[in-house]
Amino acid sequence: MKLTTAPAPHIHDRISARAIMIDVLIALAPASILAVFMWGWYMLLLEIGSMVFAESIELFIMRVMRKKKEFVPDFSASVTGLLLALNVPAGISWWMMATGVFIAIIVGKEVWGGIGNNSFNPALVGRIFMYISFPAAMTAWPKTNWFNFSQAAYHLQTTATPLGEIKMHGVAAASKDFPNLMFNSFIGNIPGSAGEMSALALILGFVYLWWKGIISFEIPVAYIGTTFGMSAIFWLVSPNAYSDPTTSILLGGVMLGALFMATDPVTSPVSSKGKWIFGIGCGAITVLIRYVGSYPEGVNFAILLMNALVPFIDRITRPRVFGEVGRNA
Amino acid sequence: MRVWNFKGGIHPPTKKLGKRSSIEKMPIPQKVSLFLAQNIGKPPKIIVEIGAKVKTGQEIAKADGFVSVPLHSPITGQVVEIKKQKHPVTSRPADVIVIERTSEDEWIKIEPAKSHDQFSKEEIVKRAQEAGLVGMGGATFPTHVKLSPSKKVDVLILNGAECEPYLTIDDRIMVEFPEEIVKGALAFSKALEVENIYIAIEENKPLAIDSMKRVASPLGIKVVKLLTKYPQGSEKHLIYAVTKRTVPLGGLPMDVGVVVQNVSTARAMYRALELGEPLIERGVSVTGEGVESPKNVLVRIGTPISHLLKLARVREESSRIILGGPMMGIALNDIDVGVMKGTSGISVFTDDIVKKRTEINCIRCGRCVDACPMNLEPYLLYKLFKKKRFNEMSDYNLMDCIECGSCSYVCPSNINHVKAFKMSKTVLRALKR
Ligand code: SF4
Ligand code: SF4
Repeated sequence: MKLTTAPAPHIHDRISARAIMIDVLIALAPASILAVFMWGWYMLLLEIGSMVFAESIELFIMRVMRKKKEFVPDFSASVTGLLLALNVPAGISWWMMATGVFIAIIVGKEVWGGIGNNSFNPALVGRIFMYISFPAAMTAWPKTNWFNFSQAAYHLQTTATPLGEIKMHGVAAASKDFPNLMFNSFIGNIPGSAGEMSALALILGFVYLWWKGIISFEIPVAYIGTTFGMSAIFWLVSPNAYSDPTTSILLGGVMLGALFMATDPVTSPVSSKGKWIFGIGCGAITVLIRYVGSYPEGVNFAILLMNALVPFIDRITRPRVFGEVGRNA
Repeated sequence: MRVWNFKGGIHPPTKKLGKRSSIEKMPIPQKVSLFLAQNIGKPPKIIVEIGAKVKTGQEIAKADGFVSVPLHSPITGQVVEIKKQKHPVTSRPADVIVIERTSEDEWIKIEPAKSHDQFSKEEIVKRAQEAGLVGMGGATFPTHVKLSPSKKVDVLILNGAECEPYLTIDDRIMVEFPEEIVKGALAFSKALEVENIYIAIEENKPLAIDSMKRVASPLGIKVVKLLTKYPQGSEKHLIYAVTKRTVPLGGLPMDVGVVVQNVSTARAMYRALELGEPLIERGVSVTGEGVESPKNVLVRIGTPISHLLKLARVREESSRIILGGPMMGIALNDIDVGVMKGTSGISVFTDDIVKKRTEINCIRCGRCVDACPMNLEPYLLYKLFKKKRFNEMSDYNLMDCIECGSCSYVCPSNINHVKAFKMSKTVLRALKR
């Protein structure tokens, strides 16, 4: 009998960061698969390629540059890669995609010190970089063309997104171009970023994560709720210029952002109260950018802005220590 | 029946392997090895020399001041060695008395032994110290000190939570010796002059609850059922769950009018009063996947742990032997140390259960915050620890950490907060001096 010693506790929940990341990938699977049905093999290439490339960069950095010989991939880079692929138009050229992934992992994550240390969601950092560097390609939305695996999405005709249409020409014009907008944006039959369209697929994935106890509901509920409420006010004031609140939360990046980007634990508050504040802030900024600012969509900037506020939110929402009297937080 | 609770905490598998194994009396060992320091406070002073003949129950070290209790010989024999040995709890060299057995028990008992209700308040407190009683749940705080609160108390809680996974000894003691526990509890209540007595038990021990109720309820002692959750047995959380009173930070239970005693301590109190027995024997669970037959045994203090392992048939592939349970227990590398007054269990595990995992950066998942029963922010404290900002850790209430290990248990990044926090506390205490 050979004895080992270690400090208590001697047992563990058996949860690991890797298991969490794998579950996030599983949760993103419905939206990812749907995107391939919608746009064909090139989409699949973007998804898989981004994940593999992201992991390779991280592996290189950890093993070679940080000299952590025992490092085994924890799949957090894959999550970043996949999220980024789901956040761009399906016809984006492969080298733009690769540049975005590179920036996401290096600038979004590794320069901060690797997993857990970054202040901003890496996928969003990559996305914003691509948006600024390749503005034309990042707004060339291919038309959806279902169940044609052999097509290449970059050959598809491009179109405006419903959000852009509403912003430019009002609700009436948009509903002519996009009939049954509410239903179609729920199931995902509209153009937009690859993984954004189907609210249904995204919600399915999120429910899985919530059920496994990996992500709590506060941020999505606060985010989507606030977006709904504020959109409702705009809509009541001017129903011709703004879409109804239900359509507003189904369109664009709100679902993907609220369910999968804003909820990244590393870049969101720790406490429940903090999560509510964070989610409400994201929702409010999203609507303001959409309706008051000059961009049709504001999800990315909203989340990035709130990411920056997380240390502050964490500070004002500290839990009250058991047995502490006086301080109320 | 209402179920009582507190906020935070975790639900590790309870794994009460030995809960159906009746308590067995272990054969008296040929040799015992007794650490002098078996209580919180000052260790007693040795009053025997090498070669001295001692009888069972004879005082071999006498209390050194008020927060100290004497130590008694658990067997009849001869002192063969007084040496220094690494104390598993403090990791420092400490005095050990080794006694070899020469004959059957010849007792020296504490006089007079009579029915518990014939003792006065002062006599009960005095007897608790004379008998060397300490908190037997593991805290080892001298019982007589707890029975002499400087503030008015109105509630006595007997702790039968036994929230550490695997351990079953308190459970069995409650099932098999409810009368002794209740008599001890009545003596405690007389010493403290309290009317409200609660016996608090986690709901995963239905037999213990029934058994205690049968004996205690007719006497007006309330048996309360607690949610099965770790660390339900922590004094502050137990008090909150039962009375809804919150012990202030840095405060003691008596600040909110409560005294907590372990159920096994109550039984020892009864035996000290009615049988005149000092604390030389206690119940121990020998458990864990690393033993073939998990057991609950009554053993003499000082019995080498290797004997217990043999009795429960330890598996060859076992690799971790823990004094106590898996959440707060201490890993041993020497199995010849003797059972102590605070040893409620020996847990034995194989490698697949206790395998070390690589630590990675915190991913801020917040699990540790949700799990912390003290409502601290372990992830933040750990961040400060990494930067060696000990004073800031103290501002973030490090000193109120009860070292329960819940945070480390749930951490997906495999961070061992508790180890870091224990170290930081030591540093801070040194800085304060
Ligand atoms: S449980 Fe671990 S990974 Fe999660 S916040 Fe706490 S320290 Fe960080
Ligand atoms: S060990 Fe300390 S910090 Fe960790 S959960 Fe327990 S009380 Fe909280």
